[in-house]
Amino acid sequence: MRNLEEMASKASDKKAALGPDIDLASYQSSPVPHDYIEDLTSLSEVDKQRMIISGVDAQERERCGTFVQKDTTVIHSCSKQEGIEIIPIRKALEECDWIHEYYWNLVAVDADKYTSKAELDLHNGYVIRALPGSKTIYPVQACLYIDKDGLSQNVHNIIIAEEGSELHIITGCATSPHAKRGLHVGISEFYVKKNAKLSFTMIHNWAEEMAVRPRSVGRVEEGGLFLNNYICMRPVKSLQMYPTTHLVGKGATARFYSLLVGSPGSEMDVGGRVFLKAEETKAEIVSRAITNSGNIIARGDLIGEVNGVKAHLECRGLIINGGSIHAIPELTGKADGVEMSHEAAVGKIAQDEILYLMSRGLSEDEATSTIVRGFLSVDIPGLPPQLKAEIDRAVEASDKDVL
Amino acid sequence: MLLIEDLKVELAGNEILKHIDLEIRQGETHILFGPNGSGKTSLLMTIMGYPQYKVTQGKIIFKGEDITHLPVNERAGMGIGMSYQRPPTIHGVKTHQMVRICAGKEKEVDVEGLAGQVNFTDFLGRDINDGFSGGEIKRSELLQLMAQDPAILLFDEPESGVDLENMSLIGTTIGKLLQRDFNIDPVRSQKERKKERTRMGLIITHTGFILDYITADKGQLLFKGEMTCASNPREIFRCISEVGYEECVKCAI
Ligand SMILES: Nc1ncnc2c1ncn2[C@@H]1O[C@H](COP(=O)(O)OP(=O)(O)OP(=O)(O)O)[C@@H](O)[C@H]1O
Ligand SMILES: [Mg+2]
Repeated sequence: MRNLEEMASKASDKKAALGPDIDLASYQSSPVPHDYIEDLTSLSEVDKQRMIISGVDAQERERCGTFVQKDTTVIHSCSKQEGIEIIPIRKALEECDWIHEYYWNLVAVDADKYTSKAELDLHNGYVIRALPGSKTIYPVQACLYIDKDGLSQNVHNIIIAEEGSELHIITGCATSPHAKRGLHVGISEFYVKKNAKLSFTMIHNWAEEMAVRPRSVGRVEEGGLFLNNYICMRPVKSLQMYPTTHLVGKGATARFYSLLVGSPGSEMDVGGRVFLKAEETKAEIVSRAITNSGNIIARGDLIGEVNGVKAHLECRGLIINGGSIHAIPELTGKADGVEMSHEAAVGKIAQDEILYLMSRGLSEDEATSTIVRGFLSVDIPGLPPQLKAEIDRAVEASDKDVL
Repeated sequence: MLLIEDLKVELAGNEILKHIDLEIRQGETHILFGPNGSGKTSLLMTIMGYPQYKVTQGKIIFKGEDITHLPVNERAGMGIGMSYQRPPTIHGVKTHQMVRICAGKEKEVDVEGLAGQVNFTDFLGRDINDGFSGGEIKRSELLQLMAQDPAILLFDEPESGVDLENMSLIGTTIGKLLQRDFNIDPVRSQKERKKERTRMGLIITHTGFILDYITADKGQLLFKGEMTCASNPREIFRCISEVGYEECVKCAI
């Protein structure tokens, strides 16, 4: 048996490969108790609003289950559909034997000081599991909320789509208006089993002084589909993540879409990496980055290891008002017959597009925002309409801030 | 009414329009001829108000107001609309959305219905101009103008690249837009309808095909940045076809 604690301890000072180093000691990690809430509508209006913009609806309309963690404490966790399990991870670690097959099985506990922190000082997190053959009609919603200023919130999430299941998750991370400075460390491990379909849409709404270090790895088996959408359009001080997916079974598919908006003072280093390890696997990484004085690094890395895999990387950046976008697309083919390509483009809004819209009657500002919204509206095949609507809403809401 | 007086225009430091006088009265449609590179598109872009076309002399009057230095959107608001030769693609902006933008904020618009009229329903869900063929661009531009419903319509080669079937569709639709269709009206005589005509048009053509579908009041010939003659559009077209632009200009002068 692995001694996770020991491995984690050894890595407690290990700097991450990417992103500015963060002084963990400058954040508090001690538990912040909150009452459990049966009915989410009893949350304060302010909290509700912050959650709504991250796609989490307090009335749980068109949702098949909800998980909410405030600071270090789970305040709500329930499933409304048979075949869908939602369990706080601490509870799962105590009560479910099977969880140990998954816990730290994809993400290395000693990868860096953040993974170490998440093991040594785990607050909570969720386990969401779709049992074999079960299909969610509506998405599960999960929210990781930071209310306490100066907190380091350390969570670990495990998502399992069992064989033949279909699971959609929307997860929102947000801070309350008075939490200005904080750190979010989030470990996520995704297991997409044979012929299962998992869509995972994450909407982040942080604050100007927040540092965010997600660490996630997914594994997709034969015939499985993993759709991963990431949206971060609000200010954040420092965000670094490089989620990785392993396509290990024949015909497995991964698609990553990310929409980033870099505000003044924001540093974002966001990428996606997919290993195509089995025949007929397919991967697509699409990112759209807009900066309005922030600095964004948009990475993408595709590694084709067997003959006949198909992969495409697309990275487009728009510089609106200063700042920088650094696109780093990488492709590695390790076998004959891999079909891999990438396209990257960084630039400003084309004047002829603005004028074209103005000649149809829009003002210059309206034309600009129409183009920006268009730029951010990528078609994501296979996404349920509720989630598409949430993404559109996030884009809409950020629109005013961007311009 | 559109009135252009002694206009000079520079583009990227080159004088591309040297001397333009033009008057399109209420209800009139003019045809603009001229060889490649003579400045036809530039003239339309200048009327529309594209800032890279710098007016160095003269003025443009529309509906009695000097619009020489008005921004593009204000000109659109006053009722100037243009069908482009090479419009840009805007990723993520759908064609149906564009049609709605053209109709303006207040107006309700039956996007599907209008699109049906120009055989464009299947394209409504596509990004505007993204991969549109030459002929498809023409129908898309026409659809947008139908929604926009401007007082003066500037058409930059509305028929180039259009196949035969779509040609008659485009021709008759432009005719309708310019209030130049001759349907029998139970209430008003053709003469009355003609008198009530308010829409103005300025149409660039090389082929003259459009003349098979609409009547035009005048033809204008633009040559090396100068407006050289104004007369019957069919006559100018015949002249160009038979003796070429250069000769035609001479006969006008
Ligand atoms: N950006 C530019 N810089 C310099 N010259 C330009 C630029 N754009 C266009 N021109 C020139 O301006 C002149 C007029 O061009 P314009 O497009 O108005 O011609 P046109 O009459 O519409 O021709 P066509 O029949 O081929 O459409 C041409 O000689 C063209 O090469
Ligand atoms: Mg032209």
